[in-house]
Amino acid sequence: MSNAPVDHGRRRFLTIATSVVGGVGAVGAAVPFIASWNPSEKAKQAGAAVTANIGKLEPGQLIRVEWRGKPVWVVNRTPEMLETLKKVEPNLRDPASDEPQQPAYAKNQHRSKKPEIFVAVGICTHLGCSPTYKMNDFDAHVEGVASGFFCPCHGSTYDMAGRVFSGVPAPKNLMIPPYMFSDGDILTIGADEGTA
Amino acid sequence: MFKNLMNWIEYRMPFMEKMNLHVMQYPAPKNFNFWYFFGSLAMLVLVNQILTGIWLTMNFEPSAERAFASVEYIMRDVDYGWLLRYMHSTGASAFFVVVYLHMLRGMMYGSYQKPRELLWIFGMLIFLVLMAEAFMGYLLPWGQMSFWGAQVIISIFGVIPGIGDDLTLWIRGDYVISGATLNRFFALHVIALPLVLVILVFLHIIALHEVGSNNPDGIDVKRPNDGQPVENNVSDKFTFHEYFTKGGKKIIVDAIPFHPYYTVKDIVGVVGFLIIFCAVIFFAPEGGGYFLEAPNFEPANPMKTPAHIAPVWYFTPFYAILRAVPDQLFGAIFMFLAIIFLALLPWLDRCSVRSVRYRSTFHKWNLVNFCISFVALGVLGVLPATPTYTLFAQIFSFTYFAFFGLLWLYSKNEKTKPLPVRLS
Repeated sequence: MSNAPVDHGRRRFLTIATSVVGGVGAVGAAVPFIASWNPSEKAKQAGAAVTANIGKLEPGQLIRVEWRGKPVWVVNRTPEMLETLKKVEPNLRDPASDEPQQPAYAKNQHRSKKPEIFVAVGICTHLGCSPTYKMNDFDAHVEGVASGFFCPCHGSTYDMAGRVFSGVPAPKNLMIPPYMFSDGDILTIGADEGTA
Repeated sequence: MFKNLMNWIEYRMPFMEKMNLHVMQYPAPKNFNFWYFFGSLAMLVLVNQILTGIWLTMNFEPSAERAFASVEYIMRDVDYGWLLRYMHSTGASAFFVVVYLHMLRGMMYGSYQKPRELLWIFGMLIFLVLMAEAFMGYLLPWGQMSFWGAQVIISIFGVIPGIGDDLTLWIRGDYVISGATLNRFFALHVIALPLVLVILVFLHIIALHEVGSNNPDGIDVKRPNDGQPVENNVSDKFTFHEYFTKGGKKIIVDAIPFHPYYTVKDIVGVVGFLIIFCAVIFFAPEGGGYFLEAPNFEPANPMKTPAHIAPVWYFTPFYAILRAVPDQLFGAIFMFLAIIFLALLPWLDRCSVRSVRYRSTFHKWNLVNFCISFVALGVLGVLPATPTYTLFAQIFSFTYFAFFGLLWLYSKNEKTKPLPVRLS
C-alpha cells in the first residue's frame, strides 16, 4: 500500500479513458444486433432484380416477368397506342401521375423511360387482381379506345400507360417498378441507375 | 414460528419495510373518486395480458406459413384456447380504455403538474410502448388486416427524407412484409417490449410514491409541520411510514393508508371492470368488428388489399390526424406531435392550480374541446377518407392542437377559484 498522495489528474484521465474504450466496445457490440435486422441472404435472393431480353418483343406484344412474386408486364407499344395516350386524358383519374406510383423518370405521359417500352406491375390497385391486356378489343370497355387493360374482377380499366380511368373502383394508376436498360435489349427490373 | 421466519427474511432483505413503505403505510388522499380506479385496473390488465400471452405462445407458431392456422388451432382445438385468446384480444382493447381514462383523470386534476412531471413522462413512455406492443401483437395472427395494417404503419417510417426506404427495409427485414417481419415482431411482442413495459410501470410507481398521489382537489396532503394540531385530521388515526413524515418535519393531513382502504376500494373497481370485460369476452369478443376486424378472419394475402383499411380503434385518433394532413411527411410529423404535446403538458400548462374544480370556466370548456376532438378523430379514423370526412378530420385536428396552444396562452394568468385548505 503506497502512501503517495492521490493524483487526481491521473485518476480523471483513467476514468475517462476507461469510459471511452468501454463506450466504443458497447457500440461495437451493438453492430451485430442492429445488422441482423437487415434482409437475410435468402430474402435478398428472393427480392433481387430480374432481367429480361426484350430484343425480340414484337410491336404490341406483352410479356410477363416475375419479380418479387408479382407479374411485371413489358409491352412494346405501337405508335398508334402512344397516340391515344393524349386523347384519353380527360377521362383519367390521375393523367399527370401525381400519385407516387412510379419512379421520377416515369412521371410523364407515357410513364416510361423509352416511350414505346412500357413496364408496370400487373396488379390492379383496387384489390390486387391481375388485369387482362386487351390489345385490339378494349373499346368494348371504353368506347373509342382500341387498346388498354381491363380488370375482370371489378371492371377497372387502365390505358396503355397504366393510368386508371375515372369512374372505376381502382383508386390509383398501376405501379411502375424501378428498371433500367443495358446493352440495348437487356431490361433489368427491380433496380435502376439510382440503386445499382 | 411464522414471526421467526419473517424476522429471518427481514434481517436479510427489507421485505416488510418495503411493503409498509409502499402499501400499508403509504398515505393516499382520502377523497379518491372512481377516476382513481384506472391505475390499478391498468395493472390488472397488464397481468391478464402477460398471463394469457404466455399461454398463447405455447401453441402459436410465428411463421408466415403457420401463424394463421395456429391461431385457428388455438381457437378450435386447444382446450379453452378460445377463452385465452379472447381474454388477450379483448384485454388489448381494455388496456387502452383504462389507460385513456387514466390519462384523462391526470388531465382533469392536473396530476402532471409540478412535482409530478417525471411521473407523467414515465406514463407517456408506457403509453408509447403500449402502442408499439399492440401494433406488433396485431400482426401475429397474420390475417388480412394484420398484414395491411402493418404495411400502412411501417410505410409511415418511409416518409422520413433520405433514410426512409432503408429504415422500412430494416424494420421489415425484407422487401415486403414477410415471415421475417412476423418473427421479429413476435420476439419483440413477447419478450422485449413486455420487459420494458414492466420496468416502466415499476419506475412509474416509484416516481408516484416519491411525490405522492394527487387528488381531485389538487392540493397537497403532506405539509410542513409547524407544530400546530390539525382539527378533525383522519390521518391522526394511522401510522404512516417515517419516510413520508421526514422524521416529524412533515405532517400528513386528510390521507389514509393505501392498504386496506384503497386496496378494498380498488376491488370494487375490479368487480365492475370484470363484469364488463367478461360480458365482452363471452358475448361480443369481436367488439362489433372494432376489437377484431372482419378482414382479419382471412389469411394475409400480399396480392389483395382489403377494400377499406382501418387500424384498431385505439389508434384511430392519431391515424385520422395522419390522413387529415395532405402531405405525407407532415401528416406523420403531426401524428407524432399529437403525442409529444401530451407529454409536454407539464410545461404547457403554466397554472399553479391543479384541479379542474378550481380552474377557470374557459379551462373546463377547453378540456371538453379536447375530449370531443379526440373522440371525433377516433370516429373519423375508422371511416373511409371521403372529402367530407377529411374536412371534418382537419377541423378536429385543429381543435385538438388548439387545446394545447390555448392552454399555454391562458394558463399563465388564469382566473382561478380559491383553493380549499382541506380535502373536501
